[in-house]
Amino acid sequence: MGTPIIQIKNMMKTYKLGGETVHALNNVSLEIKKGEFLAIIGPSGSGKSTLMNMLGCLDRPDQGSYFLDGKDIEEMDDNQLALIRNQKIGFIFQNFNLLTKLSALENVELPLIYSGVSAGERRLRALDSLMKVGLKDRAGHMPSQLSGGQQQRVAIARALVGQPSILLADEPTGALDSKTSREILELMQELNELGHTIILITHDLAIAKQAKRMVSIQDGRLQENGGDFLENLAIH
Amino acid sequence: MISLRILQSIKMALKSVKSNKLRSILTMLGIIIGVASVIVLVSIAQGSTKNVTSRINQLGTNLLTVNTYSTNLELTEDKISELGDLNGVKAISPVVSGRVTAKKDRTTSQVSLTGTNAAYSDVRDAKVKQGRFITDLDVEYRQKVVVLGSETTSTLFGASNPVGEHIQLDGVSYKVVGVLASKGSSMGQGGDNTIIVPLSTGERLVGSTTISTVYLKGKSEDQMDFVMNEVKMKMASLYPGKSDDYGVTNQQDVMDTMSSVSETMTLMLGGIASISLLVGGIGIMNIMLVSVSERTKEIGIRKAIGAKRRDILLQFLIEAVVLSALGGIIGILSGLGLGELVSTLTSMSISFSTSVILYSFLFSLVVGVVFGVFPANKASKLNPIQALRYQ
Repeated sequence: MGTPIIQIKNMMKTYKLGGETVHALNNVSLEIKKGEFLAIIGPSGSGKSTLMNMLGCLDRPDQGSYFLDGKDIEEMDDNQLALIRNQKIGFIFQNFNLLTKLSALENVELPLIYSGVSAGERRLRALDSLMKVGLKDRAGHMPSQLSGGQQQRVAIARALVGQPSILLADEPTGALDSKTSREILELMQELNELGHTIILITHDLAIAKQAKRMVSIQDGRLQENGGDFLENLAIH
Repeated sequence: MISLRILQSIKMALKSVKSNKLRSILTMLGIIIGVASVIVLVSIAQGSTKNVTSRINQLGTNLLTVNTYSTNLELTEDKISELGDLNGVKAISPVVSGRVTAKKDRTTSQVSLTGTNAAYSDVRDAKVKQGRFITDLDVEYRQKVVVLGSETTSTLFGASNPVGEHIQLDGVSYKVVGVLASKGSSMGQGGDNTIIVPLSTGERLVGSTTISTVYLKGKSEDQMDFVMNEVKMKMASLYPGKSDDYGVTNQQDVMDTMSSVSETMTLMLGGIASISLLVGGIGIMNIMLVSVSERTKEIGIRKAIGAKRRDILLQFLIEAVVLSALGGIIGILSGLGLGELVSTLTSMSISFSTSVILYSFLFSLVVGVVFGVFPANKASKLNPIQALRYQ
């Protein structure tokens, strides 16, 4: 603990939308330490999706620097970024984003296929990962045979299987009812206790409060401890 | 590691082919039809080539034919025997030919008549099935004996044994001494509907002593060019200045002409069938493009969890190739089946060659690669953010 795993400095990203320039990220700086559980909260259109794309190495900033695990992301080409996503980042999406034609186990194995792990080891690690989320007995099920909560657990197992530096969760409970949401959040807290660095992106304050640290984003500007966003919420 | 990924991609591709059975089969149909038609058409063409060459071969590749084209030039017996004395010539057989009416009891039939000598059996490879062939004595004594072709035998005698029986040729009675084995006919030569008589008898029957054709048999097949030259030179010295009135042909020449004709035919048929393979490839490209846009989300997910451009490219390319290869295999099987069916139903002879099967399969693979590259490239270039957002 203590070493920064993510260092973002003065990151800028603008989009042109119908002739108007939108500052999706406006001079954003952020430092995340190893083992942190950070929530990024913001309403829709605040730039949090853009930030998550940046954090997840799916997109590149116009300006500013991004160091992930000591590596300068800016210098990397598309293939190297794919490798970073494969090995350093575990994505957890709102809609789970499982491949519907693959079984739970095969979905979890997928990142390992792209990192070239042999079939035998892949199976072992995927089963191990499914066990961590409590779904070892559902390994052969297709996503359509699983409940929403179970599908999200499979997705979490998939994110975990490559032993990434960070887990990046984008509204992980957005498509779940409150009971399963709680369970998923508890699972994430457990994973954090085990030492995983987790970044949770949400618009829901109640969910954000589960995290140990919270930053808010609005109009592309980032503020520590919720800042204006919390005050705004308090007023309403 | 690369081969591991390719194996994995092939597994994934097979899975995706299986999960879309109807679509996959319809996609492969173009390739199936293309490969099958290449195999069937080329096999038919090659079968008929083989048929023709084997018939010509049956006549003997060491056979030379001297034909006269005009009455200016008379092939007389002494000159013919001079040809027979040539070094490379093993046997010689002069022929008079015509048509006669053969009659047995109530049955009459128009048949071609060949008057020749005893060597004919050897020179033309005319094997006797029953009885004996014409002998030199028959020629010398102008015996009224005949050897029947197999078809003539069945016309006149049905299934009964004709040897020792008598038939009438143009009203005169002849004794049947032998029956020829069936040879099959090709290009108007040979044929089973024939009657062979001694040369001297034949001259009288036809009413002409003009020998229009002389067959020569060379001593060995590899020396035929030499023998041909020998014969040509001899003919030139026997009939100076009349080279336009006769011709010397080699069985090999006839065969070369035939095979060049059938090669062209094979190429043309194969070419036409290949066009349908190409059309099949366009079908594959079409479906792969649909598949790419249907699976945009999948591509996004795969890219997010670490698939490189190359991985996506390979996945879709392999899928296209798996489709075309499966189509190729099914096409080969149905082509072979169809060919068998055609050959049993139509008595057309069919000759399958492994090289054609191999080439058409390889071609279908190439079609898969060529028409798979574009959709696969499109898939690999998708932006992961947009692909993930795609519903």
